[in-house]
Amino acid sequence: MGGALSRFRSGGDTGFRLLTWCFAASVVALFTLLTVVLWNESLPALRTFGARFLVSTEWNPVRERFGAGIAIMGTLVTTGIAMLVAVPLSLGIAIFLSELAPHRLRTPIGAAVELLAAVPSIVYGMWGLFVVAPLMADTVQPWLGAHLGFLPFFRGPAMGVGMLTAGLILALMIVPYIASVSRDVFLMTPRELKEAGYGLGCTTWEIIRDIVIPHGRKGVMGAVFLGMGRALGETMAVTFVIGNAYHLSWSLFAPGNSIASILANEFTEADGDVYLSSLIGLSLVLFLITFLILGAGQLWLRSLSGGKEA
Amino acid sequence: MPRVSVGRRRLLNALVLTGSTLAAVTGLAVLVWILADVGIKGAGAVRWSFFTNLPTPPGMSGGGLGNAILGTLVMTVTAAALAVPVGILAGTYLAEFGRGGRFAAVVRLLSDILVSAPSIVVGVFVYLVLVRPMGHFSAWAGAAALAIIMLPVVVRTTEEMLLLVPNAMREAALAMGAPYWKMMFRVIFRASRAGIVTGVMLAVARVAGETAPLLFTSLNAPYWMHGMNEPTANLTVTIFNYAMSPYEDWHALAWGAALLITLSVLIVTTGARLAMRGGGTR
Repeated sequence: MGGALSRFRSGGDTGFRLLTWCFAASVVALFTLLTVVLWNESLPALRTFGARFLVSTEWNPVRERFGAGIAIMGTLVTTGIAMLVAVPLSLGIAIFLSELAPHRLRTPIGAAVELLAAVPSIVYGMWGLFVVAPLMADTVQPWLGAHLGFLPFFRGPAMGVGMLTAGLILALMIVPYIASVSRDVFLMTPRELKEAGYGLGCTTWEIIRDIVIPHGRKGVMGAVFLGMGRALGETMAVTFVIGNAYHLSWSLFAPGNSIASILANEFTEADGDVYLSSLIGLSLVLFLITFLILGAGQLWLRSLSGGKEA
Repeated sequence: MPRVSVGRRRLLNALVLTGSTLAAVTGLAVLVWILADVGIKGAGAVRWSFFTNLPTPPGMSGGGLGNAILGTLVMTVTAAALAVPVGILAGTYLAEFGRGGRFAAVVRLLSDILVSAPSIVVGVFVYLVLVRPMGHFSAWAGAAALAIIMLPVVVRTTEEMLLLVPNAMREAALAMGAPYWKMMFRVIFRASRAGIVTGVMLAVARVAGETAPLLFTSLNAPYWMHGMNEPTANLTVTIFNYAMSPYEDWHALAWGAALLITLSVLIVTTGARLAMRGGGTR
């Protein structure tokens, strides 16, 4: 009886373990399937255009000639602008929340900043189109043109929509991610180190520069990469304000296109196998870039918490 | 270290701390700015007909987004029904059997990457594996895309919440002679129920505001949904179409929809977070 019972029990437990294993494996399966399907479906375009697909700046549905050059440039430029704005802003917020703010205010202010991440991206896009773009066209871009117009980046007509506006909206969207992870990392700094610093007469900034930031360096890098991964793949906010144009320009005021915005605008309209396959090729490129960036960010964050637990 | 006068050190300190405070003020100001704009411009559109009527052609008044509200609700709930059981069981594996294992580490890493992966790529994927073989856009495809986005969130939250349950409870149940699965369902899931439910609510709130994965899966429609097998109206794609249109009254409806979706998402998110903080699991 006892033997039968224990056999029954261990059978049930093995079954339960196997069941949960299968569901855990479904995440891996999903990921693999996604990569394989995107790869297979973009093969026609990759065969037709070869490696030139990645660098060619031609995107001509009429002549069926496609290259990812403009889309990749647009994605990288808007993400670059977003990072230039978002990283200092986020680190400022993280320092404020971890070192400066009165304890009573830390939780509510932190929660409010994190709420920025909960606002749907379509709302950022719409707000960017109807509120930020006119402001950029009437005030910000003329001012930049007048004062920094000697740089090629700030020349040309102020249209409101374009690379610069898209980058700024992206920056606002990724600030909450970078700020909240950095704050958590800063809060992990051992108290003794900071107290020792203050005991030596350091100012708060010196503590932050020489103790808090070096201690959390990997974590901050991880946070920045997570934000970058988000910015690269963000679709709706960019599609509204990037202007959707296929030409390269030094000016950041000029309209452009990113991988995500091209997909959003053209995917359902693609007629012809090469056209569709090229669009899928674009999404594969986007997926691979974000995979690398997000993977690097996760590994950095992991090495941090792993080191702490060990 | 170079010798710097105390005055200059203090000045630099004051500058940096001011900058940091300004950064926080900027963040809060942007939040208030967005919410105020959406609130002011959206409030005018939200009246009873907004929830009950079908959209009207531009120029005709009295149009509503009842069909889009219904579509978003149906697809979000379906997505949750698909993703939550899978996610909870996968999270169970990570928390109960996968501590320190290599396979579990891979699942964790891939989940964390998928959480932030571009949602438009998920839309492309679902188009290729569901929409094209079926031959038409459908609510099923939209729900599947949302479910794929929800899954990794549910997996990781479930794992976190299960790990918060003290091991002593597991040992107590096992010592009473309960098999592992019975211990999970009778003790551990019950102990972590509040945390898992709030985690699921956060995931639902996140996908409810998604647009990109629906563009090529559920598409949009100007009429009420009759089933899961046809293009289905939803709030976010409607916002996209209406905001990009040249018609003022469609813009007004889009702002109304933006207000509705933002409010719902923020209320659920804030509620879930408050519950998580006060829930006693921590």
